Amino acid sequence: MKANDVILQTVTKVVSFIILSFAAYLFFAGHHDPGGGFIGGLVTASALVLLFLAFDIRTISNGIPINYRLLVGIGLAVSTVTAVGRSYDSRFSHTFEYVDFPLFGEIELATSVLFELGVVLTVVGGTLTIILSISEDV
Amino acid sequence: MSWVHVMIVLPLLFAVFIPFLYKAFPKIHTGWFVLAVPVVIFGYLASFLPMVASGQTAMLEVPWIPYFDINFDVYVDGLGLIFALIISGIGALVVVYSIFYLSKAREALHNFYVYLMMFMGAMLGVVLSDNMIVLYLFRELTSVSSFLLIAYWYQRKQSRFGAQKAMLITVFGGFSMLAAILMLHNIGGTFSIQELIAQGDVVMQHELFLPAMLLLLLGAFTKSAQFPFHIWLPDAMEAPTPISAYLHSATMVKAGIYLVARYTPIFGGTPEWFWIVTGVGLFTLFWGSINAVKQRDLKALLAFSTISQLGLIMSLLGMGSAALYFGSGDDAAQIHLIAILAAVFHLINHSTFKGSLFMVVGIVDHETGTVDMRKLGGLMSIMPVSFTLALIGSLAMAGLPPFNGFLSKEMFFTGTLNAAQLDIFNVGTYGVMIPIVAWIASIFTFVYSIVLVAKTFFGKYQPERLEKEAHEAPLGMLIPPSILGFFVIAIFFFPNVLYDYVLHPMVNSIAPSIGPSLDYTIEAWHGWDAIELWMTVAVVALGLILFSTLKKWMWMYNNIPQSMHLNNWFSGGIRRMERVSHKIIDFHMTGYIRDYLVYILITFLIIVGGSFFLTNSFSMQSDIGEVNLFEYALAFGLIGAAALVVITRSKLTAVVSVGVLGYVIALFFIILRAPDLALTQLAIETVSVALYLLCFYHLPKLRSREEEQGEKFQPFNFIVALATGTLITLIMLSVNDHRLFESISWYYEDAYELAGAANMVNAILADFRAFDTYLEIFVLAIAALGVFALIRLRLNRRGRDESQ
Repeated sequence: MKANDVILQTVTKVVSFIILSFAAYLFFAGHHDPGGGFIGGLVTASALVLLFLAFDIRTISNGIPINYRLLVGIGLAVSTVTAVGRSYDSRFSHTFEYVDFPLFGEIELATSVLFELGVVLTVVGGTLTIILSISEDV
Repeated sequence: MSWVHVMIVLPLLFAVFIPFLYKAFPKIHTGWFVLAVPVVIFGYLASFLPMVASGQTAMLEVPWIPYFDINFDVYVDGLGLIFALIISGIGALVVVYSIFYLSKAREALHNFYVYLMMFMGAMLGVVLSDNMIVLYLFRELTSVSSFLLIAYWYQRKQSRFGAQKAMLITVFGGFSMLAAILMLHNIGGTFSIQELIAQGDVVMQHELFLPAMLLLLLGAFTKSAQFPFHIWLPDAMEAPTPISAYLHSATMVKAGIYLVARYTPIFGGTPEWFWIVTGVGLFTLFWGSINAVKQRDLKALLAFSTISQLGLIMSLLGMGSAALYFGSGDDAAQIHLIAILAAVFHLINHSTFKGSLFMVVGIVDHETGTVDMRKLGGLMSIMPVSFTLALIGSLAMAGLPPFNGFLSKEMFFTGTLNAAQLDIFNVGTYGVMIPIVAWIASIFTFVYSIVLVAKTFFGKYQPERLEKEAHEAPLGMLIPPSILGFFVIAIFFFPNVLYDYVLHPMVNSIAPSIGPSLDYTIEAWHGWDAIELWMTVAVVALGLILFSTLKKWMWMYNNIPQSMHLNNWFSGGIRRMERVSHKIIDFHMTGYIRDYLVYILITFLIIVGGSFFLTNSFSMQSDIGEVNLFEYALAFGLIGAAALVVITRSKLTAVVSVGVLGYVIALFFIILRAPDLALTQLAIETVSVALYLLCFYHLPKLRSREEEQGEKFQPFNFIVALATGTLITLIMLSVNDHRLFESISWYYEDAYELAGAANMVNAILADFRAFDTYLEIFVLAIAALGVFALIRLRLNRRGRDESQ
């Protein structure tokens, strides 16, 4: 039944990595350049959706065995922990520091990136939960 | 906390134990346990009689909510104490009577006595409270417990109807009374009645004086079954007879009388009070007595007779209030005070003879199975004791010697004659009407009193029409009415003992300024030249003539037009209210979301647009700034796409146009230098257009071509939409012109130092205002789980359906 979509699948295999790298870039660049957790998560989700489109749900689910509903929970947990983790002085606040790494040189480390990581996981999990639920229904 | 407080709450506390006693002692009639309560209360309260007889009063205070000036204060004076004695005394008799009236095996006695005790406690609270809010609380409790008691046999439709009617009318009055109380608090700054009386002049000159008076009277008239609120009382006769005897003759219906008497020192002496109370009372007296004659049912007859007698007492209170107009030294005050004396005297008399009559009617009902006068007759020799008691009660009610009704009726005539000669309040020519109406009403009172006895006890005995074989009642049922009957006669012979201990203290409470100087001796004999005597003689003569020709003029009652029946007005009014509210709801609650949306938008237009218009807040910034070519081009694209969404008949076109709209907005974000927004907008727009297309793909096949062509153009919706759009545009332009203070965005410009982030938007989202972001990811998570749950649950259900 399925049409021969070798081109699509081949292109997908290449492109999805580019998209994922772009998503990673958007996520890490968010602190200083346009990007951030939300858009990073959306682009990650779009890469996964592309995979689901090019192949089929079962193949991708076997290849990337992620429970996206669990991912939503993990994302919320990460955000909550970073938010509450600093609240020993009863405030919802982040901190940042510049650390000198041996190989990379001076790099800024910020807890808000961890918070954004939670956002990414939630967005990826949420988007894919919605899309996969609907696609299963159809 | 004094013992009087304990006495008020004692019935309420005891009510808690009644169900346990009922269960624990199934062999003993629960009423015997209950009997102790009113007896104790009566005994204790009677010990205050010498105190109030000597003109003293007692104020016993218990703080409840002092912050709001609401305290459980008890004021023991003549008026309150005598009412409390009537309540507990007749309460005790009613309990004894009910022990023999209600079957232990068949009736839910625990319910009955719990309601009864609730009522008794509430009623004691009404008459003894000084704080108006507490008084209102107890008044509503009487309404509730009366509602429960009327519907005691709740299996019967008529009982439920009567209870509902009584509830609606008395609670309506209760609310208006509450409004009056709040107004009085506004005027006097206190909830205490005695304190209000103390500052009577302030109250009288206040602008809220008249509304407060009218609302208060509404509360009193509804409770005391005054015209036109009397209609609940005949229907309340569906209650068990002990209840009718207690609530609807002796106590609850007198709560309104009590209120009028209690507030007379505040409102009395004004023409409005005089005319309203007297007028309504007289008309109720007249209307009730005329209607009582035509009743076929003994209890209905007694109900209308109660209405009529309550009207009599009310009119006397109205006439007597004229005394407060005069100063304490004025002889006129003394003369008009006789009306108040007559009112309280008749109130006591009415409690005795009406209670006894109700109990006798209950005996007749109990022993023959009917209260229909057409079936009854010839019971005189079968039930001699009941007959004697009925005769005593009826003749007292008719106002004949040697019964107490005669004395108070004579004083009533005296009061009306005095009132007719008033030279204040524009009494003038209309004043003559007062004694005439009273006199006519007395004739009819005489007629129905005779009818009551004659139709029941004289005539032919018709055993075949009765449900049971008639026989005399057990002794226990006869004792309570006998005691009341004894009082009926005793009061006639020794009225001045009653005057010293009961009537004079009551008058003192109603007219505190002039009451103590009242010196009056109640006499049965006024001499041959007294007009009152000849009025009574005429009443008896005309009454006998009317009674003997009863059959000849009964037809007149059948010719009363339907529109004159107030019951029709009430039920018609209720029906019409229901129908109109049905119509209103059917009209505006269409069930269509588009209609509700129109309501919302119109409300928005009226409230927001109206307030902007009224405050003249529309304005436009003269300097809008530079608009470049890109922005013009994008704006045209935006308008075009939006117009296409609205105009197109094709849903696919609409979906694509919405996508275009989204992408143009993303372009706007780019031009307006918001790269993060543009990125997100692009991604989100793509996802949502994909979802729209998914929905579009799965739309059901349309049934006809007309539906496919979509909605017709509706000018009204177009106007609403246009107005909303215009209003929002104007508001946006005005908001832009009204910059009240500088933006706080300068703070975020230091984002790099403060948060270590060169991307200010990201710093705001993740650092400065991360709490919003935090909750927004929850929103996303909930939405995702919601979609998941919706689809999964539906799948499961569908699976189950197929398996069945």
